[in-house]
Amino acid sequence: MIIELGHYALVLALATAIIVAVLPMLGARRLDQAMMDVARPGSLALFLLVAFSFGTLTYAHVVSDFSVANVWENSHSMMPTVFKVSGVWGNHEGSMMLWLLILSLFSALVALFGRNLPDTLRANVLAVQAWISVAFLFFILLTSNPFTRLYPAPAEGKDLNPVLQDIGLAIHPPLLYLGYVGFSVCFSFAVAALIEGRIDAAWARWVRPWTLAAWICLTAGIAMGSYWAYYELGWGGWWFWDPVENASFMPWLAGTALLHSALVMEKRDALKIWTVLLAILTFSLSLLGTFLVRSGVLTSVHAFASDPTRGVFILCILLIFIGGALSLFALRAPRLTAGGLFAPISREGALVLNNLILTVACGTVLIGTLYPLALETLTDDKISVGPPFFNMTFGLLMIPLLVAVPFGPMLAWKRGDLLGALQRLYVAAGLAFVAALVLFYLQHGGPVMAVLGLAAGLFLIFGAAADLWFRAGIGKVSADLAWRRFSGLPRSAFGSALAHAGLGVTVLGIVAVSTFETENILDMKPGSSTELGGYSLHFDGMKPGLGPNFTEDRGTFTVSRGGVSVATVSSAKRIFTARKSATTEAGILTFGFSQLYVSLGDAGKDGSIVVRIWWKPMIVCIWGGAVLMALGGMISLSDRRLRVGAPSRRAKPLRAAMEPAE
Amino acid sequence: MTRKQKRLAVIGGGMSFIIAAVLLVMFAFSQSVAYFYMPGDLAKKPVGPGTLIRLGGLVGEGSVVRGEGTTVQFAVTDGADAIKVRYTGILPDLFREGQGVVTEGRFEPGDDVFVADTVLAKHDERYMPKQVADRLKKDGVWKGEEASK
Repeated sequence: MIIELGHYALVLALATAIIVAVLPMLGARRLDQAMMDVARPGSLALFLLVAFSFGTLTYAHVVSDFSVANVWENSHSMMPTVFKVSGVWGNHEGSMMLWLLILSLFSALVALFGRNLPDTLRANVLAVQAWISVAFLFFILLTSNPFTRLYPAPAEGKDLNPVLQDIGLAIHPPLLYLGYVGFSVCFSFAVAALIEGRIDAAWARWVRPWTLAAWICLTAGIAMGSYWAYYELGWGGWWFWDPVENASFMPWLAGTALLHSALVMEKRDALKIWTVLLAILTFSLSLLGTFLVRSGVLTSVHAFASDPTRGVFILCILLIFIGGALSLFALRAPRLTAGGLFAPISREGALVLNNLILTVACGTVLIGTLYPLALETLTDDKISVGPPFFNMTFGLLMIPLLVAVPFGPMLAWKRGDLLGALQRLYVAAGLAFVAALVLFYLQHGGPVMAVLGLAAGLFLIFGAAADLWFRAGIGKVSADLAWRRFSGLPRSAFGSALAHAGLGVTVLGIVAVSTFETENILDMKPGSSTELGGYSLHFDGMKPGLGPNFTEDRGTFTVSRGGVSVATVSSAKRIFTARKSATTEAGILTFGFSQLYVSLGDAGKDGSIVVRIWWKPMIVCIWGGAVLMALGGMISLSDRRLRVGAPSRRAKPLRAAMEPAE
Repeated sequence: MTRKQKRLAVIGGGMSFIIAAVLLVMFAFSQSVAYFYMPGDLAKKPVGPGTLIRLGGLVGEGSVVRGEGTTVQFAVTDGADAIKVRYTGILPDLFREGQGVVTEGRFEPGDDVFVADTVLAKHDERYMPKQVADRLKKDGVWKGEEASK
């Protein structure tokens, strides 16, 4: 009964979404207050209905109601409760429900917190959001209904894919979707602005917190996914340039660009047309990602089912929304007034460079991801584009950005002083280089290019510190005044410095792991030992074990350094009873920022087993840096100016338009 | 700088960066793209040694031989032809005889054994590499759903 109520709520949600999609938009056109007022309660009702529906599905999973096909296919009564819950989105139908839930959550948030928005803009934004909800509600109800019943109900479920039975995967999809789908708000704001035909600095101030919030979640979600792949898949890699990873990475790149271009728009009323386009593109990439992952054109752990009608349906959604928004853009953009002027060497110039590099880099990832699909469709040739392609293109293109980042905050708006910025940064650059040399020496060699990579990472960190240093005027004014100036800096200054430093930390980790990593694959018998990364591993032996829904063979190793044992680490081969499928649980030991990674292979006849061991220096920095970036975003989001400064839309733009600066 | 020069500098800089990126992408494509082959394709038209390719098919029944240390040899077959593959490392959990597999690597000069750097058997027991499934269906070797489950 509850399941049917959930299904019914979803149908009601569709009806509500259609009303919210149509009435407020008409109301905004006719300046009819009553029609526009439908938007807020309507969006809240939509969220409540979807949330109820999602709740009933979750309930069915938690109580293991196998009469629901979705539960039967993806759950097992012996699974721990946390995985029963995460199993809700560990399948195609459920993950689309999560998508929809988060979409309607963002609509509800806009309805709740968008009080200071002009009525027409809010009505249009919520209406566009509702259009997206309509599309996805149709998609779920027509092609991916999670509420289908089975009769007679099976006694036991088919279990969730074992690699998905992990706490990392319980958190990763919701976080990722919060980011992915969060960009829908930017999209809706952009489309609403195009419908209204007016756009100004105030618009950017309203959009920026939403962009920032989505970006924070996406950053954390991608980092989480990367760490999950690292420890769960047992291959020791943290990024595979898998099309599915790229699908989440592209919106991140575009979203990062959007975050920076919205800054220019907010502060200087420039780059307006570009920012609107970028807002549309960012969410388009999110939609494209959803299409790639959900349509079954790609096969991976994320492609739960490949049903051609679904692919075609999502493709239609994709074409309607992206095509529609871009047509509207082409129609209306020429009427938008372009903003202020600036010299190439200026804060604006630096942010344009940021946007240029990020979008071009994003473009190369897009080409690398779609080219094999296009080629297969057109010529039937099957190719694979792997890490070497992306490292060569994306990697090289990002280098100028890494070098340029510390300069950006040092340059003044309108007309910057590159020489002055250089003078302020040469100490940071020098320190970075020396520290890189020291690190390089400590790691006992490797390719000399690594020094430059490490220096780039350190330069980002020191550059961010230098930014705060000079803003506070440390060394120039009295310590007392410097402290007051430092603590008086806006939170966004700390936020951006932290995020930039976080980028540096990630770069540091990436360079260190790719150059100093050592690996050893060998056949080990109980009692034998091996050395790696300065540690010695003694294989103690294998022991069988039993989990709630799996059996395992666990190998334990004693790790010692200089003859003193420091820890034990164990890796296991698990067989999941219901699906009869095997997974490898890697054993990971963390020493500071570095990790020792142990993974078991096949057992031989004489009690020996293949063991693969990696020494991964500074690998934790990769995810730690991403966490710092997300933290920086949060600090920036808590800035008073973003909240309090937003309400008033100025009567006239800051500066009369003279010529396009884009 | 006049306004016109400023604009030119910005546009020129942007364009040259984009052109550099396009050239880079083209170069990277020529260098690092792996074409997909089945054993039958290689029997018809061999690929020279040193070229990075992907070889896909089914792991031949009874063909897996564990060599010394961690080296494994097995055959990749499409029903008609078979290619011997040598791989050093840990095979994926889902690697099994009779199951679909995709390997990436090269032929060494003067040897008909394919040396794989990577063996993919992806992470679902129901999973059949799409490229393999498509070809098996096309060639009529596909055994219906049984082959993929």
